[in-house]
Amino acid sequence: MNLEFTAEELAFRDEVRAFISENYPAHLADFGMREDMSPEDMVAWHKILGKKGWSVPAWPKEYGGTGWTPTQRYIWSEENARINSFMPLPFGVSMVGPVIYTFGNQAQKDQHLPGIRSGEVWWCQGYSEPGAGSDLASLKTTAVRDGDHYIINGQKTWTTLAQYADWGFFLCRTDPGAAKPQEGISFILIDMKSPGVEVRPIKLIDGGHEVNETWLTDVRVPVENLVGEENKGWTYAKFLLAHERSGIAGVARSKRGVEKLREIAGMELLDGKPLIDDFDFARKVSQLEIDLAALEITELRTLAGEQAGKGPGPESSILKIKGTEIQQRLTELTLEAVGNYGTPQYGNIAENGSNQYPIGPEYARHAASTYLNMRKTSIYGGSNEIQRNIITKMILGL
Amino acid sequence: MDFNFTEEQAMVRDGLSRLVREQYDWETRRRVVEGEPGWRPEIWAQLAELGLLGMPFSEADGGFGGGAIEAMIAMEEFGKGLVVEPFVPTVVCAGGFLKHAGTAAQKAEHIGGIVDGSRVYAFAYAEPRGRYDYADIQTTAKKDGSGYVLNGHKAVVVGAPWATHLIVTARTSGEQRDRNGVSVFVVEKAADGLITRDYPTIDGRRASEVYLENVSVPADALIGEEGGGLPLIERVADEAIAALCAEACGAMKVAHQMTVEYSRQRKQFGVPIGSFQVLQHRMVDMFTEYEQSVSLTYLATLKLDAPEKERKRAVSSAKVRIGQAARFIGQEAIQIHGGMGMTDELAIGGYFKRLTIFNSEFGDIDHHMRRHIALA
Repeated sequence: MNLEFTAEELAFRDEVRAFISENYPAHLADFGMREDMSPEDMVAWHKILGKKGWSVPAWPKEYGGTGWTPTQRYIWSEENARINSFMPLPFGVSMVGPVIYTFGNQAQKDQHLPGIRSGEVWWCQGYSEPGAGSDLASLKTTAVRDGDHYIINGQKTWTTLAQYADWGFFLCRTDPGAAKPQEGISFILIDMKSPGVEVRPIKLIDGGHEVNETWLTDVRVPVENLVGEENKGWTYAKFLLAHERSGIAGVARSKRGVEKLREIAGMELLDGKPLIDDFDFARKVSQLEIDLAALEITELRTLAGEQAGKGPGPESSILKIKGTEIQQRLTELTLEAVGNYGTPQYGNIAENGSNQYPIGPEYARHAASTYLNMRKTSIYGGSNEIQRNIITKMILGL
Repeated sequence: MDFNFTEEQAMVRDGLSRLVREQYDWETRRRVVEGEPGWRPEIWAQLAELGLLGMPFSEADGGFGGGAIEAMIAMEEFGKGLVVEPFVPTVVCAGGFLKHAGTAAQKAEHIGGIVDGSRVYAFAYAEPRGRYDYADIQTTAKKDGSGYVLNGHKAVVVGAPWATHLIVTARTSGEQRDRNGVSVFVVEKAADGLITRDYPTIDGRRASEVYLENVSVPADALIGEEGGGLPLIERVADEAIAALCAEACGAMKVAHQMTVEYSRQRKQFGVPIGSFQVLQHRMVDMFTEYEQSVSLTYLATLKLDAPEKERKRAVSSAKVRIGQAARFIGQEAIQIHGGMGMTDELAIGGYFKRLTIFNSEFGDIDHHMRRHIALA
């Protein structure tokens, strides 16, 4: 047992660190996820990595993966977190990509995998519906066979960044008479430019336009867009969710976030002294760091298990629960740290040139919007309550 | 990065797992801890035979060249069975002092008896008014010819009733709470002027109040540097904490399993209570707490030889987090067992009590949180 990196792993770290510092777009440095990002910004790093061949590290080598070990992938995410880079969006790379190369046919692989790798094709996820959230299997969107096409009708919601998407992967009911609700579902790829697809924005509590309602009205989709077998979509959906969970802990990002929190709390004052010297506040930061240290080792143990050939199992639910709790607590403490300057609605304040008095310190600008935005993390990807149900069933055996 | 155990380590684990399973069932343990002497020297002899008592020492010193990882593995198994035998005071603490600071003569004098099981040690560091500060001590050791004379009162010395020797911390110079001036002595329990008041502990072990009244010890009773003992004490205490964290993990694992199993058997409203989601999620949270505890036990154990600050931060992280987990899992286990959890009949109460006392050993949650903050 040991926690050290090997000499090869350290050399790898130096290599990726050098590549990142030479190639990451300067204007996106320390960007994280911000409400003022353009769609071009969001795919900029993805496209650079696509050219380098590093955009889909976790994929099998034959589909363009890097062949990195889980430890190398861990190093890769650590190094990206150091500069808070904006990583490739997950919808293509970590969600539909693995489903296509695992369950899709050759034509689908040929058609879709290159665009996902390069970042040229933008994907979105059509899972949730207004009446089917945590109870995803109760979804009602229908796909009815009509010759060589499916006719699709229904409404999806929380479709993240669908306003920019070229393609979407959708769960649709193909057998309404199936014995169990999970049994009549199919996994279908839809060109978002098809007639009958309408994307309407949903404004969120942080003021951003991140998610949408997606209406599907008599959308005609060629049957060759069905992935795998008809009515087996639930299997693929669960496969995808397990993949989604394994990267969801966000340990490296949270470590960077704690450093930043310490910087902020070193600049804010309480009784004329740095806030970080206040015992009550310092205690909360230390608790967060301790919890994060535990999560980091848990993630490394999971990675070590993967390295030994075990796939992401139900343990990844722990990573999801603890990782999102920590992300939320981090943003909560950051908002707490900035004090009064968490109040202004910065997103609605026009920047009218440089002759205006500034409002608050720069680091306070995103504290409230990030706090609000991060409430989503315990809800998405299978809510944390659903994760507990998974552990109950798969690990406790109840 | 490697989280695997070596073949030898796996053998240690399997051997102890069998010993605990076959000889340390709840009823036997209860009979032993309620009777005299309150522990089983025959178990101790078996641990010696398995080579476990000589584990931390190098082969040159007469041991088996193991270390903190082996101690962790052993302690997890001990935790599963609530083993009361004094492995931590004897092997981890006394062994640690000798290994890190013992002279060749001291090693020759003590290690053989530890390895063969004939000598048992207790670590007398706490005092009635010193709480968890190893420097906040009033016990004195005054130079007397070539040796020292010790006076003072050491509190709650776990394992002392069974011990042949005590490791005693005492002040050779400086004021109460000064970091300098603390020294470490090994004292024969049979020494003139050493008086003990023995008692049982909540968690089934035995401890003593130790009174030192003009106890004379020779010069070679001093381990390490005179007056410079504090960093050594902190290091050994950190090693003890890592071992206790592993023990707590073993106890938490069993407490959780017992609770899940009980929820399968126990019926209310016509169904097993394990079918209630409100209880399922609490048992999931217990499991999550356990897994995070295992992670931090690994971290603390693997950082024991790191630079001082890194070591202390890792160990304090573990003691804080596992203290919280031990409290949570213990309390939830009792709650989910309902009234039966309150009875002295079920083993779960024993696990709850051990996990409760774990929290105050070598510093509680607040103490280690303060140390963590101070090292930020």
